[in-house]
Amino acid sequence: MENIAFQKIYTKISQITKATCSLHATDVGYDELAIVNGKLAQVVKIIGDTVTLQVFGGTEGIPTNAEVTFLGKAPTIKVSNDLAGRFFNAYGNPIDGGPAVEGEERPIGGPSVNPVRRKQPSELIATGIAGIDLNNTLVSGQKIPFFADPDQPYNQVMAMVALRAKTDKIILGGMGLTNDDYLFYKNVFDNAGALDRIISFVNTTDNPPVERLLVPDMALTAAEYFAVEKNETVLVLLTDMTLYADALSIVSNRMDQIPSKDSMPGSLYSDLAKIYEKAVQFPDGGSITIIAVTTLSGGDITHAIPDNTGYITEGQLFLRRDSDVGKVIVDPFRSLSRLKQLVIGKKTREDHPQVMNAAIRLFADAANAKTKMENGFDLTDYDQRSLNFAKDYSEKLLAIDVNIEINEMLDTGWNLFRKHFKPEEVGIKQEFVDKYWKK
Amino acid sequence: MSTKGKVKGIIANLVIVEADGPVSQNEICYITTDNTKLMAEVIKINGKNAFVQVFESTRGVKINDETEFAGHMLEVTLGPGILSKNYDGLQNDLDKMKGVFLKRGEYTHPLDIDKKWEFKPLAKPGDKVEAASWLGEVDENGMPHKIMVPFVFKGAYTVKSIAEEGLYTIEETIAVLIDNNGNDVAVKMSQKWPVKVAITAYKEKPRPFKLLETGVRTIDTLNPIVEGGTGFIPGPFGCGKTVLQHAISKQAEADIVIVAACGERANEVVEIFTEFPELEDVRTGKKLIERTTIIANTSNMPVAAREASVYTAMTLGEYYRSMGLRVLMLADSTSRWAQALREMSNRLEELPGPDAFPMDLPAIISNFYARAGYVYLTNGETGSITFIGTVSPAGGNLKEPVTESTKKAARCFYALAQSRADSKRYPAVDPIDSYSKYLEYPEFAEYVGKIISEEWIDLVNEAKTILLRGKETYEQINILGDDGVPIDYHITYWKSEIIDFIILQQDAFDKIDQSTPIERQQYMLQSVLDIARSNFGFDSFNDVNSYFKKVINLYKQMNYSEFRSEKFNKFENELTELLAERRVA
Repeated sequence: MENIAFQKIYTKISQITKATCSLHATDVGYDELAIVNGKLAQVVKIIGDTVTLQVFGGTEGIPTNAEVTFLGKAPTIKVSNDLAGRFFNAYGNPIDGGPAVEGEERPIGGPSVNPVRRKQPSELIATGIAGIDLNNTLVSGQKIPFFADPDQPYNQVMAMVALRAKTDKIILGGMGLTNDDYLFYKNVFDNAGALDRIISFVNTTDNPPVERLLVPDMALTAAEYFAVEKNETVLVLLTDMTLYADALSIVSNRMDQIPSKDSMPGSLYSDLAKIYEKAVQFPDGGSITIIAVTTLSGGDITHAIPDNTGYITEGQLFLRRDSDVGKVIVDPFRSLSRLKQLVIGKKTREDHPQVMNAAIRLFADAANAKTKMENGFDLTDYDQRSLNFAKDYSEKLLAIDVNIEINEMLDTGWNLFRKHFKPEEVGIKQEFVDKYWKK
Repeated sequence: MSTKGKVKGIIANLVIVEADGPVSQNEICYITTDNTKLMAEVIKINGKNAFVQVFESTRGVKINDETEFAGHMLEVTLGPGILSKNYDGLQNDLDKMKGVFLKRGEYTHPLDIDKKWEFKPLAKPGDKVEAASWLGEVDENGMPHKIMVPFVFKGAYTVKSIAEEGLYTIEETIAVLIDNNGNDVAVKMSQKWPVKVAITAYKEKPRPFKLLETGVRTIDTLNPIVEGGTGFIPGPFGCGKTVLQHAISKQAEADIVIVAACGERANEVVEIFTEFPELEDVRTGKKLIERTTIIANTSNMPVAAREASVYTAMTLGEYYRSMGLRVLMLADSTSRWAQALREMSNRLEELPGPDAFPMDLPAIISNFYARAGYVYLTNGETGSITFIGTVSPAGGNLKEPVTESTKKAARCFYALAQSRADSKRYPAVDPIDSYSKYLEYPEFAEYVGKIISEEWIDLVNEAKTILLRGKETYEQINILGDDGVPIDYHITYWKSEIIDFIILQQDAFDKIDQSTPIERQQYMLQSVLDIARSNFGFDSFNDVNSYFKKVINLYKQMNYSEFRSEKFNKFENELTELLAERRVA
């Protein structure tokens, strides 16, 4: 960004930390942008005439006599149809060698949707993965993260979901993405011939961490443009939100804030909610759906980041390697889609809720049987059958390489019940048993 | 002339204002930025500097922006027309706002100023009245909405004149009172009250004793809540807190339902907006929304207003309680409210308490819970606020400050267990950890003795004992192995499983199973206890498992059938036959 000629230039910085610098300045608005020594910065604190700036690119090399100019506005992005198919950095500048995008300039991180104007989400998003469609059905306007350890193939699953979901636009917000993963997404989208409906805002591990704080707001402001102005269905992919939260904690630490749980800022919940709550079904048909990734350390979901995320998002998806079948499955116990009740049995076949619950209950029985077996106890006939069922269930339904229609998933469920159990062991409403058991 | 001030500092939504006159703690002020007035509340004063929390985004606020102090605390407007409204945390009517997005600085009137209400006088000239005395009545969606002497009035008054029966707006004078000094005071149908102050215009607050039916078996049967009682539901995410709370709000035997969606997901509020207008209220034949008020301050709305929202909701509840109505108030989730307090305390650079929460958190929480209760009004009528809050403990750990503080304040504890949720045993209320103090109240025992049966509390305790014994034997079986324990252990375990599956578990999404009247709960408890008291003969534990699975299956089909319908009776007959097979003397 360039300086504008008539602006006042300050050249006396009084304090510099790793992420912030302070100076004396007047007539500065809160949240306003500034350029410090050519680097973009934002006002985070004003006391009297002392203004504290958060420097996105880090403060390395900034001298006390650096030139500081204020831009008189909060961070913005230019929105128009030309965004489609383009790759941008955290500031919204092109990184694909193309020209800058012309369009309406909008401040990012805009106001919230009035809750009474929201529509109840009701459109199913089919992914073909039974672990998702059958057990944790996604709905447009939903926000849901993958909780995954760094070694799990969440980026692959997310790319797969994005391409199979039939949405008008896919917006990728990459935070701390490794260059390899960035190229992976680029290739996958390219090969699928879907590039024209994809927009990417990418901060890679090569870039300064504080820059990441801009990425979700950039992506979501662009999403709002397409969802509100064009009534399009937009899917936003945010990976990895843990790195975003880490960047938040860096800034709050530099500003001497008292940390709460796990050295995270006390406002972590509100900060994350502001992002995730941009997921919405608009009355005129447009929608924003958010699928995010929150990486865990050693599967620990009690850490402040996944914990706060879980309270905000409408469920979570867990990936796990099932050693019995040697495949990555969507864990049916720990995964949950809160909005599935809005579509299952309504947009899908009537027996969907009961088949889903019965299968998970039987899978839980198998887990108990497995514990028994590991403790060296004899297994009952029922235990043995549930173990066999669990293996089939993992292989034919939970594995992420399954790609079938929902009715087929339900039929597979009934087949597995019939193969391993008696009707009374399954505990499904009699009318459904009568209708589907014999098939 | 009111106090004015200028902005001297900004840190996120905490703004420091230098005032030119007297300022009081919790006073409301308005900061003018870019021709927009931003509402804020004073939370700390140091010399001339007032520290205010702004209820909006502070983007663009500048040093020396003009500030005007309002001279009063955060208030709500009370009057007919509150029911079926959707408010934000500051009682702005959300439906009156234009556009899809919330606009900063847009404040809307909570009531309808032009609407005319059919007023019927209840008092007559010469009557001695005081604050909260009933002067008249209007019909608000079928509820007898009492027009009262404003709560701010102190001492005794005499009615000088009262309006005749007819149509009036909330701004018209409906009565003139004479105060002790002989001055005339006009009374309108609407009044204002500061939300952080409890309305105490009642005669006394006895221990509550009346069972509040919720239709949720694990509550009504096992750990009942009472009219005017307090309870809380802590649980990790994904355990069904919100589903349970919605079930209670839909089914509970209350006149008025106030839902404070406090810092939670917007789509959950949308679910209420969408469902409540459709839901038939069994008791009045109208729609549930007609006796419901929703305070929506979702997680993405400004944090400071989130803190205010629970107080706004409680004050509306107290207003309706003063009319002799039974109010059910739900807050989801009080942890978000506590977090809002934490964010502010942090910005004020106060020394933190446990987990960086403010030191006075336990006091704030118990003060708030104490505002609920069953009361005798000055005219001898009764009213109540039953309050159920949810708590979202960080990491599912119940040893965190909000849960611990709430445990000291609330009388019912509905602990949601991750293990139950994992095995889809919903509602995931843990039967062993949860409790209701009301079961120990002799007043309550006497009351349920009359409306259910004399032996009811004994039966409930018997069921609890069976559940506990079942849990213990299950652990034994797990340690010693299926064939390492006597067959009786398996039978004991399965008896507790019957109670778990048939009484505790309930399908919140099934039309019939979702709500169970107390009569049916009594019948089912009686029925499962009959089994628990019987002896059964088995040769092998394998037979025990499959037999009781069949029993549970038949019971489940009964739960899915209309009470005493043909289907229900058919399954019950099958069950009787099945039981006869194995029952021994």
